[in-house]
Amino acid sequence: MATETKDKKQTTALEDYRGYRELVQQYEHDDTLTTLNLGPTHPATHGIFQNILKMDGEVIKSAVPTIGYIHRAFEKIAERRPFYQITPLTDRMNYCSAPINNMGYHMTVEKLLGITIPKRAQYIRVIMMELARISDHLICNSVIGVDSGALTGFLYVMQEREKIYDIYEEVCGARLTTNMGRIGGMERDLSPKAIHLIEEFLVRFPKVWGEFENMLTRNRIFIDRTEGVSPISAERALNYGFTGPNLRAAGVDYDVRVMNPYSSYEDFDFEIPVGTNGDIYDRFMVRNEEIWQSLKIIKQAVTNLPEGSYHADAPHYYLPPKQAVYTSMEALIYHFKIVMGEVEAPKGEVYHSVEGGNGELGFYLISDGGRTPYRLHFRRPCFIYYQAYSELIVGSQLSDAILTLSSLNVIAGELDS
Amino acid sequence: MELTNENVLGLLIDKFGEDRIRDAYDPDGIMTFFTDRDTIVPLIQYLYDEDALQIRFLTTMCGIHYPDQKDKELCVMYQLHNLRHNYRIRIKVSLSAADPVVPTLTGLYATANWMERETFDFYGIIFTGHPNLTRILNVEDMEYHPMLKQYPLEDQTREDKIDTFFGR
Repeated sequence: MATETKDKKQTTALEDYRGYRELVQQYEHDDTLTTLNLGPTHPATHGIFQNILKMDGEVIKSAVPTIGYIHRAFEKIAERRPFYQITPLTDRMNYCSAPINNMGYHMTVEKLLGITIPKRAQYIRVIMMELARISDHLICNSVIGVDSGALTGFLYVMQEREKIYDIYEEVCGARLTTNMGRIGGMERDLSPKAIHLIEEFLVRFPKVWGEFENMLTRNRIFIDRTEGVSPISAERALNYGFTGPNLRAAGVDYDVRVMNPYSSYEDFDFEIPVGTNGDIYDRFMVRNEEIWQSLKIIKQAVTNLPEGSYHADAPHYYLPPKQAVYTSMEALIYHFKIVMGEVEAPKGEVYHSVEGGNGELGFYLISDGGRTPYRLHFRRPCFIYYQAYSELIVGSQLSDAILTLSSLNVIAGELDS
Repeated sequence: MELTNENVLGLLIDKFGEDRIRDAYDPDGIMTFFTDRDTIVPLIQYLYDEDALQIRFLTTMCGIHYPDQKDKELCVMYQLHNLRHNYRIRIKVSLSAADPVVPTLTGLYATANWMERETFDFYGIIFTGHPNLTRILNVEDMEYHPMLKQYPLEDQTREDKIDTFFGR
């Protein structure tokens, strides 16, 4: 892997970084340059981001980002809530792929509680997480198209995202902020209709995505706009804490699904695409290929879906079925205790990470034996790699800066938590 | 050398001494130990430089508040990762609330910049040598560090929220 380097100074001393900071400081208060407020609410930023740019004509001389416009204090709220009520908070971080956040959080709590999940529930989770990854990458890639002037593809593939949301709706009842699954498994089994919808999606989507790919991947105008724009070396990307597709585009094959398999990912056969320069075109291509790999995983999971229960046998944490609540005393007690948040978790400290849409989504949970987490820290990949943004755009043109932002797939909700 | 918790701990104790690498435990497969603030930067630099370890990825960092522990009220957690051998390690530094100062890691990891600003913002831990230690997610004129345990979730002085509307 690219972590090894011959010249130690380059990686550790951050000469580039210092050079870049000096550049920013040099131009930050230069009155001969134009100040441009890019954001916070600008249609091209796809979220609430502010960058105060110093422009020399069309060229960006310095960029100072401000974040926190939609900070909602999730880490603080999580310290006052019972464990099952924290799931809806995680939805609202990366809202383009909410099921991955939900299930990552559930797996963290399960790790703390020491619950083993049946194979069937794990496979259902894999299917939903890969669908979420497709919808996440689909938005990112089609928005790169929009920002480089191709709106049609975006509107076309957006219809397919609606089909994915139909599947979510069938599985959990919600579409965008899904609150899918529970601590201990899924809230219900995959219905025949859900399986039908997934199979239908697996037939139709490859054609649509193939058409979208044909439109952009070999398109001269698109390549001219994206190739070699805002590249980042593997070394710099690692130093900035990049993970996920943005790191793989720079050439490092780090994927949590393979390095620390969770939820039975070791059962599936798939490949990890990597790029070479880490420029916009590479990020686009890596996400493209990941969509195909996700389809491959879903196909395998649907074909080999094991029989069995869709949830673990953990009555203290998993809600009993509603019929039982009305007829059995034991179920009623468990139901009451769980809903009122009177279930205590054991003491412990766990870190669990999943491969989110944008990279390693980690949950660091400390429990002191109470009913709520003592401390819950989210490792949000967007927050960590967005700090490289100003370094990536200084020296480039304004229109490239917009394209860089959409190719990094920065999601405001995840950035600000 | 195979990277196991025992091997790495042995190597670090040989290098830094038992009084600087202390209270090691293994809560979830990731070795965790405490060190002090004078050791943290040389230690992480050593993890980076040493060929046998090559721990060169800062996964995450956060603050923790334990109001009941006298003179160890605050804690900074660093989690690092060796991507080549998939080995993770967690390091903690305890600080007293009266003197919450740690040296910065930004000289080694560019990614520590915003992580340290976030920790400062929420816990008031000061990272000496940081190039721009200002609030990051909260407003600049906020007068307290909101993740400290003494602050309740909601502002108790608010009058526009009546408890009966919220079922309390």
